[in-house]
Amino acid sequence: MSTASEPRISLLGSTALLFEAPGELDLAPQQRIWSLALQAGTWPEIQEAVPGMNNLMLTFLQPPRNLERVCERLLHAWDNCPPLPLEGRIVELPVVYGGEFGPHMADVVAHTGLDIETIANLHCEPLYPVYALGSHPGYCYLGGMDARLATPRRQVPVISIAAGSVSIGGVQTGVSASAGPSGWNTIGRTEMVFFDPTQNPPAMLRPGDMLRLRIERIIR
Amino acid sequence: MIEIVSTTALATVQDFGRFGSLGYGVGTSGAMDPLALALGNLLLGNPEDAAAIEIPMFAFDVRFIQDCAFAVTGAACEASLDGQPLPPNWVAQAREGQVLSLGYPSSGSRAYLCLPGGVDVPSVLGSRSTQLRGEFGGLHGRALQQGDRLAVLRPGVSTQPTDFGVVSPSQALPLQCDGLPAMRVLPAAEYAGFTDESRAAFWAGEWKVTPQSNRYGYRLEGAPILPKVPMEIRSHGIVPGVIQVPHGGQPIIQMRDAQPSGGYPKFGTVIEADLWRLGQAPIGSNVRFIECSYAEAVAALADNQRYLVEVRRLVDLHGLASR
Repeated sequence: MSTASEPRISLLGSTALLFEAPGELDLAPQQRIWSLALQAGTWPEIQEAVPGMNNLMLTFLQPPRNLERVCERLLHAWDNCPPLPLEGRIVELPVVYGGEFGPHMADVVAHTGLDIETIANLHCEPLYPVYALGSHPGYCYLGGMDARLATPRRQVPVISIAAGSVSIGGVQTGVSASAGPSGWNTIGRTEMVFFDPTQNPPAMLRPGDMLRLRIERIIR
Repeated sequence: MIEIVSTTALATVQDFGRFGSLGYGVGTSGAMDPLALALGNLLLGNPEDAAAIEIPMFAFDVRFIQDCAFAVTGAACEASLDGQPLPPNWVAQAREGQVLSLGYPSSGSRAYLCLPGGVDVPSVLGSRSTQLRGEFGGLHGRALQQGDRLAVLRPGVSTQPTDFGVVSPSQALPLQCDGLPAMRVLPAAEYAGFTDESRAAFWAGEWKVTPQSNRYGYRLEGAPILPKVPMEIRSHGIVPGVIQVPHGGQPIIQMRDAQPSGGYPKFGTVIEADLWRLGQAPIGSNVRFIECSYAEAVAALADNQRYLVEVRRLVDLHGLASR
């Protein structure tokens, strides 16, 4: 979806709006999303500007009386915003792929037609930029996964996957920061503390940081 | 100070929620029925958003370790103080040692026990609400257990009037469709991507709240909602009320403990002003949905505010009369 040529704005009730950038999922539009978030976060009617994967949610302090004006301002800002090339730290994470740590590996094998070895190698190949945080405290959405690994989200979300789960949802990948429900396909596990509410900021990683995944072990 | 006496399940400390940390992946949490929370707080002369105990399972018993006023709002549960029945949406004064018992509700599903000044737990990232997934906020980031003791910010004999009640939100703001509780829904981004038959069936059909429904989300059961073609969407921010449709076709409405982002196709959003109605819909009950516009969603919020203004006026009148 959203390979449209124009940006798209839609409503999330009277609580928020969603701006979706046009084109393929990529880092260049994401850098403009970061820039747009920085601007829109200062507007008086906006409570929080929350980057997603090539999209941006704006939550309202109060629902704007004149919604059209906010939308026009947003589109104008998008057309004029320069990319914000965040360059953060590089963090390395050892991953155990397959077996009990990758309960949905078989589904990814079945969908992609690749073997476990190839999947693990392709998955570890890129240096993943953190595009956005979301889902649960400290969770990072990563960009740049090899398109050959793309596997649709599950028919029915599972009630709980473990903390540290490395999973694939469509063309996206990420690492769970704590146990909880998920609709993604879990292929491996890592260990890392991603969130501490007593710290400022509470999340260990931020957009622009980079994750380097390393194969610790493959359970065939 | 109060002590939880019953073996209880899933009761949590909640205020209006945690705002401003979505960008760290932290969802809002907060009361499933914010109107009931505001109502209980107004009855006690608290700020509307003071932290209270949200109770989704009954029976629930607490002992007052010291003199303390309290208000019980939300679900119409059989409430009694040392065996003396209390009407719903009522404020009362408890004495040291007395036990408040909340029985199974005759209507609604979540009760709120509000206390003077609010429940005294630390504010984490700007809120006292329990963040179950992150294990912080509320009392030690978890649901309350038997034997837990909670401090109250303004215990003692109340200087405010007690022993009166007000009309409930469900009486003041009724909304039904063919005799069933209804919620208004604003269509969302992928609405047009579902088949005409599915869209018509969603508005015309009865939706059952399944047992897999909780503070994270309500999983509904009804005629499957099917897309014209499969949709795989990039993850983006979402809010409580968003109706996601996984590939299986049975919708999930995101509730207060929902993730702050997701990527399943969005059919619509239950409007903020009506989320409290869903928060009070019991498991196993049927609900209906009514399509609405943005202007109607904003007007509905104003209706809720008018109700709270009226409650505040009544509380003030009781204060004047008791002088």
